[in-house]
Amino acid sequence: MRDPLRLRRRVVVAALAGALLAACLAASAVGALRIPLPHLIAAIAQCFGIKMGRPASPIEDAALFAIRLPRVALGLGAGATLGIAGAALQALFRNPLADPGLIGVSGGAAFGAVGWIVLGASAPAWMHDPFSTPLAAFTTGLATAAGVYWIASRGARSEIATLLLAGLAMNALTAAGVGYLSYLGTDAQLRALTFWLLGGLGGATWREIWPMLLLMGVAGLGLLSLRRSYDVLALGERSAGHLGLNVELVRRATIGCVALGAGASVALTGIIGFVGLVAPHLVRLLGGPSHRFVLPASALMGALLLVLADLLARMAAAPAELPVGIVTSALGAPFFIALLRRRLAGSVT
Amino acid sequence: MSAGKPGLIRLLGLLGRDLSVVVGRRHLLGHVDIEATPGLLTAVVGPNGAGKSTLLKVLSGDLAPQSGVVFLNGQMLSAWSAEERALQRAVLPQTPELAFAFRAWDVVELGRHPHRCRSTRERDHTAVSKAMCLTETFDFARQDCSTLSGGELHRTHFARALAQIWEPRVGGLARVLLLDEPTASLDLFHQHAILGRAAQMARAGAAVLTVLHDLNLAAAYADRLVVLAAGSVDAAGPPAEVLTRERIERIWRVSAKIATNEDGTVRVQVSRSEAGRALLRDLP
Repeated sequence: MRDPLRLRRRVVVAALAGALLAACLAASAVGALRIPLPHLIAAIAQCFGIKMGRPASPIEDAALFAIRLPRVALGLGAGATLGIAGAALQALFRNPLADPGLIGVSGGAAFGAVGWIVLGASAPAWMHDPFSTPLAAFTTGLATAAGVYWIASRGARSEIATLLLAGLAMNALTAAGVGYLSYLGTDAQLRALTFWLLGGLGGATWREIWPMLLLMGVAGLGLLSLRRSYDVLALGERSAGHLGLNVELVRRATIGCVALGAGASVALTGIIGFVGLVAPHLVRLLGGPSHRFVLPASALMGALLLVLADLLARMAAAPAELPVGIVTSALGAPFFIALLRRRLAGSVT
Repeated sequence: MSAGKPGLIRLLGLLGRDLSVVVGRRHLLGHVDIEATPGLLTAVVGPNGAGKSTLLKVLSGDLAPQSGVVFLNGQMLSAWSAEERALQRAVLPQTPELAFAFRAWDVVELGRHPHRCRSTRERDHTAVSKAMCLTETFDFARQDCSTLSGGELHRTHFARALAQIWEPRVGGLARVLLLDEPTASLDLFHQHAILGRAAQMARAGAAVLTVLHDLNLAAAYADRLVVLAAGSVDAAGPPAEVLTRERIERIWRVSAKIATNEDGTVRVQVSRSEAGRALLRDLP
């Protein structure tokens, strides 16, 4: 029997990939310095040793490779990671409202970053580096997620409801920490930490992006390898166990990979809301809930949403730019509410 | 295969010996001996709180008993890996869960998960479609499960359990099917249909064990009946021997008439006035 949904999923994935490519080209071209599309393509082709058309001017070249492309790469990586991490956590919690922030990694990262911004000022000079803030955010994010898992586990077992509550408690705790640190901070520090908390893709250079992209890639592949297990998990943990699934292993691997990926992404971009929540929802609406489709498609969708949101954030207030977290939340929340209303109208009971 | 090792109980099917479960101060199960024999449909019956679901949890490996052992095909249940267990026994829970709006076909296909490295796409496809035909779920195979009725959904999960143990096992290991009140959400026709299919699985060599509330359904389909009361086995044997007027009155606290059908099976008749009289007698 031919499966109409399978064809549809292929079309959706292809369309998302195409849209993502277009969005990346647009994001590379648009900005304070507009780079015409032929120049852009010629410059990128030149990297691969292909000579074509009129080469870009040195200024365009510099803007492209030092500013635009790192930004686009970070948007791609962070968006894809948030999307796939959201899909994986929703599968693990069997709840469509789960989001990478749920296991404490974003809250922990915020605490680490804000801590470094406020208290790091008094650290010895050799510790000051553009990489220090991301590193502080990444390690505390990971430590917080580990703490959440530790609270909810006893011996080799953990419980999903306790995990959720432990995440809530740790988020409250880190929020209190961030609040206290911002109370301590000077005006300049306050401005820096506010920008960090609102999220943004600007300012990062290849040197900081590469290692984090690598971590995101590892985490993404790890989650992707669990896609079949997530389908089985939809039957509930007990039934999944009856089907031979090692539920505890899946849980540990998921939380580990989400913490790693989301930790790396949050460390560079700050808090970016709603991408991890909305991307899997959209994808499920387009092609059904099978995780063999939802996981890769959420990665594409997350990347697309974040690259577009960043483009919008740069264009809306040009030549200044809005923090991208504001754009994702401002657009994501109403959209999400519309989805909820639609769901309410669609259900009979 | 380790079935040839000395010192193993070489009994196929599922076997529980001296099972006890204590939670807090409540003895949910006390020294229960039970077996699900290949080729037979065994029904566990008993009043509310008798420990039927607890017993099923122990037999399926969800709950470790304080004492006693469960053997699956001659080897301790805990000695099989989760995946090896899944290849020989399927469990249909009382209230199956499903997150997200999967289609009925996809749900049944999940039953093939333990076989994913061993089976071919054609064999999986055959198992899924045949299991769906047997349970009359094929008509809505492409339909989203959130649009199905409770009974349709339950049959879909039954089809998943059938697909899981569709092929007889090589090496002579028996397939085991555990059902927890499979008829609860079904209409009259499908109550009989699901138990008919379960009995058919037993005829094909599987060991089927089901928890049932309806004594008449149990009497009609079960080869063996196990009466559980207050956590221990009160009686076990063919339905006609086990279902006596005296036992039903003692355990279910209703007075009933036992009648014999033309085919030799028995049926239990409880009339409202008789049940009412039993209730009145219990009043202080």
